[in-house]
Amino acid sequence: MIRIDSVTKRYPDGTVAVDRLSLEIPDRSITVLVGPSGCGKTTTLRMINRMVEPTEGSILLDGEDIQRRPVTALRRSMGYVIQNAGLFQHRTIVDNIATVPRMLGWGKQRARERAAELMQRVGLDTSLARRYPYQLSGGQQQRVGVARALAADPPVLLMDEPFSAVDPVVRKGLQDELLRIQEELGKTIVFVTHDIDEAIKLGTMVAVLREGGRLAQYAPPAELLSAPADGFVEDFLGADRGIRRLSFFDSAALELTTDSVVPADATADRIAAAPDPYLLVTDADGRPLGWAERDGQAGGDLAAERLLPYGRPFVPGADSLRVALDCAVLSPTGWAVAVDDGGRVTGVVSQQTIGEAIRAAHTERAAHTERSAHTGSRTHPRKDEAGVAE
Amino acid sequence: MNGFFDIPSDLQHSWAGLIGLHLRESLLPVAAGLLLALPLAQLCVRFRWLYPPVLGLTTVLYAIPSLAFFVVLIDYTGQTELTVMIPLAVYSLVVLVPAIVDGVRSVPQETLAAATAMGFGPVRRYLQVQLPIATPAIVAGLRVAVVSSISLVSVGALIGNQGALGNLLAAAQKYDRPELAVNAVLTMAALAIVCDALLVGLRVLLTPWMPRGARPKAAARPEPLTAKGAAR
Repeated sequence: MIRIDSVTKRYPDGTVAVDRLSLEIPDRSITVLVGPSGCGKTTTLRMINRMVEPTEGSILLDGEDIQRRPVTALRRSMGYVIQNAGLFQHRTIVDNIATVPRMLGWGKQRARERAAELMQRVGLDTSLARRYPYQLSGGQQQRVGVARALAADPPVLLMDEPFSAVDPVVRKGLQDELLRIQEELGKTIVFVTHDIDEAIKLGTMVAVLREGGRLAQYAPPAELLSAPADGFVEDFLGADRGIRRLSFFDSAALELTTDSVVPADATADRIAAAPDPYLLVTDADGRPLGWAERDGQAGGDLAAERLLPYGRPFVPGADSLRVALDCAVLSPTGWAVAVDDGGRVTGVVSQQTIGEAIRAAHTERAAHTERSAHTGSRTHPRKDEAGVAE
Repeated sequence: MNGFFDIPSDLQHSWAGLIGLHLRESLLPVAAGLLLALPLAQLCVRFRWLYPPVLGLTTVLYAIPSLAFFVVLIDYTGQTELTVMIPLAVYSLVVLVPAIVDGVRSVPQETLAAATAMGFGPVRRYLQVQLPIATPAIVAGLRVAVVSSISLVSVGALIGNQGALGNLLAAAQKYDRPELAVNAVLTMAALAIVCDALLVGLRVLLTPWMPRGARPKAAARPEPLTAKGAAR
């Protein structure tokens, strides 16, 4: 665990970059430092590997003050990923990745094998090994940056806005890849970003910093969205935090109905028995075809009708309530279509039902938070920090 | 015995011999200048305040005519090649120091931060990261220094036939053989072109990591050289 203990960084000209910051960064999780520019998030990150020395306070790594470790050894035990990757333009990709292992005295062959292994892990074709950085795209370079940071298998990974210089599509790919790698490797990652959506997507814990390097709130993303500590955090989260919070609610509990789901060859009686004005027509395999109006249908061959598009279906359990709500909003009938992994309809659900599920989830979550607060559970560590920063 | 390549015997060299002499007298000073410029430039990068005075000093030294240098040096080093080479080495600094400083400074901040974060100490970082990345800029500086040095060697003719190919210019006057002057000018031009081409080749060889077709960092301050060339 990395423990930042009331750390202050004051520059000779009097500027305070970080102001009495305390954070406990749990092992094997992603802790995101997020905030506007000038909030001291990069400074904080750089104090962890001593590229910046704190003016006051201390940082403990597994209980030991990092000041006691030789600085180069400390840095070699922490991977570092930077914006624009910061690759060595004069070295090939494989040599870039092998940098730290080589400095640690690994043989050339072993370091290169390790580099090739890491290229695969971060999703790079090993045929790129002998290329130079300028021959790679921005996204590929960033992957090399991540591979280079992982090369000597450090327990800690420091990432300073690593994905902010690539386009949104590539960024999403890199974020997904990071989550996948993290699932496999379980590093202690400290991640700096100014993008709150990135923070919420990646963070196990999110520390929101404000100008002047003060902590505004330190909480898991779901709690950040449901209970921002103050106006600053609320503003920083943006207008639609209610909707975004739904990402953390599971859609498995949604009550689906199949009363209005009919096969294309449904009889007139079956159609008349449907309770709702719209019918979801499926093919012989149970895959959705589209929506039809119930009234005026004779039955027999509903697929011959002009059907309304059914939009995007969601997979209960795999998708969040946010996705389910989005599907319902986008659907021309206001009903979301639920399918299984194979794309077969398992039922439909109305906006109203989703709304009820959201309310129920909120109530349950609130009760849970209350309980854990009383029992001193560590689900929401250091909630008191929010108060301190006020 | 009045052919284009017949060199008067008082020069004590054949045409090929003069070429060898000329290359030695022009390239050795640049090599010495480079050895001097590397640590000097590193100091300027490390201590930013040092750069303007160093740049000023090298410019002032460059402004001293070589004849003035000779007058001072001749008491110590006599009418020798060394007397010609010392000013040339000093002159090369005016190009090489800024070339190396700009080259080293052009290394992107992210690259430096990444190197530091990976546990590079200052020396390792300088030798393994900054200097290699500065190579194109350094070679660009060397190209200017070498070409100007090749042209400046001829002034050594003033101190007793120490100007290599430049001696032919004096001989052309002395023996009324204008073809020797033509020979000297053409040969020096050819030497400059060949050396320049070799340096370009060296750069390509040293920097396989540069995008093809990309231009190296602009040669540092070539302007004063043209002014100088005109003055001599």
